[in-house]
Amino acid sequence: MAELAAVVGIGQTKYQTKRIDVSIAGLVREAARNALDDAGLDWDDIDAVILGKAPDMFEGVVMPELYLTDALGCNGKPMLRVHTAGSVGGSTAIVAASYVQSGVFKRVLTVSFEKQSESNAMWALSNPQPFSPHLNAGAGGYFAPIIREYMRRSGAPYDVGIKVATKDRKHALRNPNAHLHLEDISMAMVEESPMLWDPIRFLEACPSSDGACSMVIAHESLVGDSPRAPAWIRGTAVRSEPTMYAGREEVNPQAGRDCAADVYKQAGISDPRKDLDCAEVYVPFSWYEPMWLENLGFAPEGEGWKLTMEGVTSLDEGGDTPWNCSGGVLSSNPIGASGMIRFAEAALQVRNDAGEHQVEGAKTALGHAYGGGAQFFAMWIVSADKP
Amino acid sequence: MSEDKTGITMMDAPIYLDYNFTAGSATSRFLHGLKQGVLIGQRCPGCDAVYVPARGSCARCGVATGEDVVLSDKATVESFTIVYIPIPGNPIKPPYIIANVVPDGANISFIHLISECNNEDVRIGQRVQAVWKPESEWTYAMDNIIYFKPIDEADIDPEQIGR
Repeated sequence: MAELAAVVGIGQTKYQTKRIDVSIAGLVREAARNALDDAGLDWDDIDAVILGKAPDMFEGVVMPELYLTDALGCNGKPMLRVHTAGSVGGSTAIVAASYVQSGVFKRVLTVSFEKQSESNAMWALSNPQPFSPHLNAGAGGYFAPIIREYMRRSGAPYDVGIKVATKDRKHALRNPNAHLHLEDISMAMVEESPMLWDPIRFLEACPSSDGACSMVIAHESLVGDSPRAPAWIRGTAVRSEPTMYAGREEVNPQAGRDCAADVYKQAGISDPRKDLDCAEVYVPFSWYEPMWLENLGFAPEGEGWKLTMEGVTSLDEGGDTPWNCSGGVLSSNPIGASGMIRFAEAALQVRNDAGEHQVEGAKTALGHAYGGGAQFFAMWIVSADKP
Repeated sequence: MSEDKTGITMMDAPIYLDYNFTAGSATSRFLHGLKQGVLIGQRCPGCDAVYVPARGSCARCGVATGEDVVLSDKATVESFTIVYIPIPGNPIKPPYIIANVVPDGANISFIHLISECNNEDVRIGQRVQAVWKPESEWTYAMDNIIYFKPIDEADIDPEQIGR
């Protein structure tokens, strides 16, 4: 990367089932305004806006970017919309960062959102296709067989997913923005929740949320204009691969491994578990924590579940590399924003500003997102230390 | 007449979408095969993998597939899920089993229903066979196969499925 860039402002909405008090425009503006206030800036200080969201079918509003221009203060300014399915929040932040790192813009506002209450994502993901029986049962129906194959290969105990689901909901109790605040969450409660897509239980799946997340990314020369500690962007990477090809490794996708190797190299990470203080990783179904622990190199193949069971990823258990201290996607899932929330929460951690879910002394953190049939990956590493 | 000024927070505004699907040559042959009660795949000239439904290219090698391969309607369960919720727009009643099945002779799976069995008996590596609708009802669709049912053959080693 040619130029240095940092996150200087972070804004989120409270995530919840329905935001009936605001339109989509009101929702994105709220997050953007929060990010500008956090950065001590105003609309005029922004050079361009990079917007992300998941498929238009999720709200039924086609090309929402066309009507969100004014709500995001970018009349007469460059405005681009990014789309990479569920990973879009992450890749949108990376597009925004890349514009600053390339020197094209000095200060970019990036926003992503989903207002799931306005339509039905399960329906949007379950459309009949002419060459296939109409049996695609949402994201859970797609990922459940892949999880089953992971369980077979690894020989992991049946309750690893239950542990992840419980751990992330406990983390969420520390985060006022989290959608789910399940005060009496326990492994028994998760285990007794109804099976949806065997082996995925109701409480092992993410909720449907309304919400938006926003960041201001500034060039090194303008970082001093904002009052908060900057989160320096140390590396960014995006990878993709086709959904289906013969011999495709679906449990431990090549694109994820390549993306991680790239971002680690940029940030000088040789041992992610040791070198990263915490991570915000896209885990929409509980078993994806052990699967991504392996894909991201925190554990050898087949052994990610051991870290989960040992409490390594738990803030409450004092683990050495807590994952999803915010509560993660399992606790808040405005789909288009979910990736950006991971990136923003990583930034909050390294600027020591995550409140009750702060990892003490965190200096370096990973933000991660994936989407489609686990075929789009976006990752960044942010640090309190200027490179 | 009094005027109600409470906030309007949600209005139903349905979108209807009809679209035309251009199948292309490879998928056309696959769909014509289904009309005859046959699964037709295509072999990749680069890696020899057989794709079904044939979509015209091998996504791994980035080359066109050309050679048609007639496949058995026997298959192996690669993985599966038991679904306890309905599919929007599909009258199927839960719980039902959706499996990724690899037809004999192919190197990739597609999804279909498994039936005529106890749900708890379905397993990775299990052998299954297509149950077809009556010939008079065959059309250009995968729905010509109603579901796959278990058959009395030895399980396949999971590491060998689709190899």
